[in-house]
Amino acid sequence: MKGYAVLLRKEVIEQWRTRRLPVVAVIFLLFGLASPVLAKYTPDIVKLVASSIDIHVPTPTVKDAVAQLIKNLSQVGVLTAILLAMGSVAGEKESGTAAFVLVKPVSRFAFLAAKFSGLAVTIAVAVLICGLAAYLYTDLLFAPLSVLGFGTACFVILLGLLEIAAVTFLGSTLVRSSIPAAGIGIVALVVAGVVAALPNVGRFTPLGLNELASNLALQQMATGWILPLIVNAGFVVVALATSWLVFRRQEI
Amino acid sequence: MEAAIVCQGLVKRYGKITALDHLDLEVPAGSLFGFLGPNGAGKTTTIRLLTGLAWPTSGRSIVAGIDPASGDIQLRQRISHQDQQSKLYGWMKGRELLEFVGRLFGFRGPDLRSRVDEVLEKTGLIEAAGRHVAGYSGGMRQRLNLAQALMNRPQVLFLDEPVSSLDPAGRHDVLNLLEDLRGQVTVFMSSHILEDVEKVCDRVGIIDRGRLVVDATMAELQARFAEPVFAIELEPGQPTAQTDLLAVLGQSALVEGVGRDGPVLRVAVSDASRAGPEILRILATSGVHVARFERLRPSLEDVFLRLVPSQQPHGAHE
Repeated sequence: MKGYAVLLRKEVIEQWRTRRLPVVAVIFLLFGLASPVLAKYTPDIVKLVASSIDIHVPTPTVKDAVAQLIKNLSQVGVLTAILLAMGSVAGEKESGTAAFVLVKPVSRFAFLAAKFSGLAVTIAVAVLICGLAAYLYTDLLFAPLSVLGFGTACFVILLGLLEIAAVTFLGSTLVRSSIPAAGIGIVALVVAGVVAALPNVGRFTPLGLNELASNLALQQMATGWILPLIVNAGFVVVALATSWLVFRRQEI
Repeated sequence: MEAAIVCQGLVKRYGKITALDHLDLEVPAGSLFGFLGPNGAGKTTTIRLLTGLAWPTSGRSIVAGIDPASGDIQLRQRISHQDQQSKLYGWMKGRELLEFVGRLFGFRGPDLRSRVDEVLEKTGLIEAAGRHVAGYSGGMRQRLNLAQALMNRPQVLFLDEPVSSLDPAGRHDVLNLLEDLRGQVTVFMSSHILEDVEKVCDRVGIIDRGRLVVDATMAELQARFAEPVFAIELEPGQPTAQTDLLAVLGQSALVEGVGRDGPVLRVAVSDASRAGPEILRILATSGVHVARFERLRPSLEDVFLRLVPSQQPHGAHE
């Protein structure tokens, strides 16, 4: 892991200075704020827009606020994860900065580990900000949620996003430019979406974790999730390990 | 003298293209080695193999006592690489970039700051150190790239076109800097500016289509490729002296031919060591005023063009 601390420091500063971290944080903050607001006022908006039609819209509950948040994160969150991860290694290979760093006394493992850690820090900070905003507005507009339950739900959502990021990161390691890497991430996302719709196996995909996140946030019974969680975490580990196996003997 | 770089039968193939074809090379420690060749000859491939960024198809190399193909981090502690193709992190300031590189080499605290100041001064970047790299001109970026390559006081320094973006003053400074490194650091420099290589390098290798066509000192090259021709230039104001002198020289048994190239007389001889004193004697007795008399030595460009006659691209991987 020689050089990891120095490289991680550089990654985090880079995420901030290149505006990736602040921009992603603001986007996630907006979605965190907007999710409970939309859940609360969507029936009123519908009534206003379609005033001449008699539509029965049920009174929104805290469940709708949580569902809205998870829906938003599973759309915008995964796209953000792909956008952040697609150029992380491929971009550096393309520009020559990877060669610049890798002729210094750092291990290739440290280079990859620092890259993914920097990526994970950005996504984690964004999910944290989004979660805090959503929690406060849900409390304000609906009812308080369990801190532990909601916090665990955010952690599960983070795991799903890291999974998509890790697969895109593997793509970024395999190829020399960002666009094909993004393609690999999107294909993985589509496959995950298809598999998520299947009974029994859907839980083993990042999108399938949304159901668990919802149950945890609402403190509903969530059983049989240990194995899917392990499998989903395993996907992250496998994607990163494969990245390293490819990268350690890759010509730069 | 001990060799800092040794290549033995180094081969690199990319599919059907042979970028490097059994390269055998020894670069003595402390020397400034100029590595020349046309585009696509294999210069960059060689540097990539020697710095551990790529692996040979066959053959082996040793740099600073370590095989680059081994992936040993110790090698990267001992070498440095300045690649003109590399982009530097534009969001960093000049000083920050050097501090980042210094930290990777293990410098910390006051040692780091003083080393950064030292290389900034050496490369003339003190005033620009607080500016973002993205705003640097091509020449400043090249200086910064050289500065980062000097951070770790390398045993072996690989330079890929180190002066290509610099103005004449910048080139002069960098060449002087390289001169100062002579004897302390082994410099392996690829360049298209033959004049600069001729000026600073004490040994030259020329590669063409992946094959090393020559590896010799500058003096050896000049001796090997020197033609037995003398040049004589007379002081101005002697209108008939040139013609008279040509006639006298033409009668000498050691002279094979004489010619005129503007104000310069060219005298081709059969045996340069015997003809030199003979021509000097003729000049002394003819009473002409001589401005210049010399045995013509080939420039590096002459040698290069004789060894690599075609400059057409030929598909080998650079």
